[in-house]
Amino acid sequence: MTWIDSLLQSQPSWTNFAIFAGLGVTMLSITLGFVTFAILAERKVMGYMQLRHGPNRVGGRFGLLQSVADILKLLLKEDTRPKQADKTLFVLAPVIAYAPAFLVIAVIPFTEAFKFTDIGVGLLYYIAISGISTIGIVTAGWASNNKYALMGGMRAAAQMISYEIPLVMSVIGIILFTGSLNLVEIVQAQENIAFIFLQPIAFLIFLIAGTAELNRTPFDLPEAESELVAGYHVEYSGFRWAFFMLSEYVYLFALSALITVLFLGGWNAPIPGIGLNEIGLGAVWFTIKFIVIVFLFMWMRITFPRLRADQLMEFGWKVLLPIALANIFLSALIKELFF
Amino acid sequence: MADLFNYQNSYLVVVIFLGLGILLPIVALSLGRLLRPNNPSEQKRTTYESGIEPFQDARVQFNARYYIFALMFVIFDVETVFLYPWAVAYEQLGLFALIEMLIFVVMLLIGLIYAWKKKVLQWI
Repeated sequence: MTWIDSLLQSQPSWTNFAIFAGLGVTMLSITLGFVTFAILAERKVMGYMQLRHGPNRVGGRFGLLQSVADILKLLLKEDTRPKQADKTLFVLAPVIAYAPAFLVIAVIPFTEAFKFTDIGVGLLYYIAISGISTIGIVTAGWASNNKYALMGGMRAAAQMISYEIPLVMSVIGIILFTGSLNLVEIVQAQENIAFIFLQPIAFLIFLIAGTAELNRTPFDLPEAESELVAGYHVEYSGFRWAFFMLSEYVYLFALSALITVLFLGGWNAPIPGIGLNEIGLGAVWFTIKFIVIVFLFMWMRITFPRLRADQLMEFGWKVLLPIALANIFLSALIKELFF
Repeated sequence: MADLFNYQNSYLVVVIFLGLGILLPIVALSLGRLLRPNNPSEQKRTTYESGIEPFQDARVQFNARYYIFALMFVIFDVETVFLYPWAVAYEQLGLFALIEMLIFVVMLLIGLIYAWKKKVLQWI
């Protein structure tokens, strides 16, 4: 039993509250650090894949301080608010978009010792909370009183409701195999074999639907810059805009961590039985798998062109949904026959 | 007792994360107020519309397609609400529950095929 387990099973008290608050602030700093360097990494990866260098001026040869400089610039930007905007909702929207993005991280177990909660319905919690961000996006689109913004917001809503269902259904196979929604138990069930080998179809569906939920290319219609200028955040500037970007990248963090937990076996060693779990290598395995997934998302962004709105919707309903439904029964059959 | 404490502590963490998630934007935006300039002008505060003078209100009636997709979403989301507990308890329920769930899903699938044939799923 690790120290966090014994802490979670002790009587709730103000001491616990203080420790959890400290852990929360630590996690907040980790996510902010991740966002800073993920943006840089994305620009670098994008640069090299397009045969150019990417940022290489601020902070040495590799442009290590580029994102920091960008954030400072955003802090000094004037905060304009259109006069016809709905003031309350306009101010509220970035908060509604950001808070759930950070909230979902609470359930993700990174290693056996590095987790914050042990919630029985962890997976359901993630899916339920992550849906709230879309309300923030729609609110932003509506409150801006801008035609592009409203269109972007509506597209975000349509996209989210179409891809939420394949996303939710693809993980049912995993729940069938594990018999639990607890993410810690899901990782423990993968001690011998990662679920990506047992559920390859689910992995593909989850990856595609996850990209759509993240509003990343090829599913970045809500903010398609060539047709909607910037979509739902046209009217946002300075730090309010930064919070939309921040929530997008925090979701990238959370979703990549979730894919690692669900499909790649979390902190378990990639080759089972080599006994490398005991010496505290869990964090290393998790980080490697996590970085691979983040890189995959960046790779997809650079490789694929944006879909049309009709292709997007029809792909979600006519292809992904039937496959996800079939996958549920396929997994039940496999479980019935082989386990 | 350990389970109850685990439950309470876990949701305490969730509340703390929610608090931090709301506090960060508020703190950052309030502190930013001290740093950023603020001299709004009439021109700056107009809505952006690719350079032309904005006309009419942007909040217009929207296409009904969005509404129909929302209805479809509700149907299948309710389906997943039934699928989740079934999947968790599958070990105890066994083959009989699998066949029952198959019938349930096929019934909803007929609805999907009907919507497909009625060209509801077509996004023009």
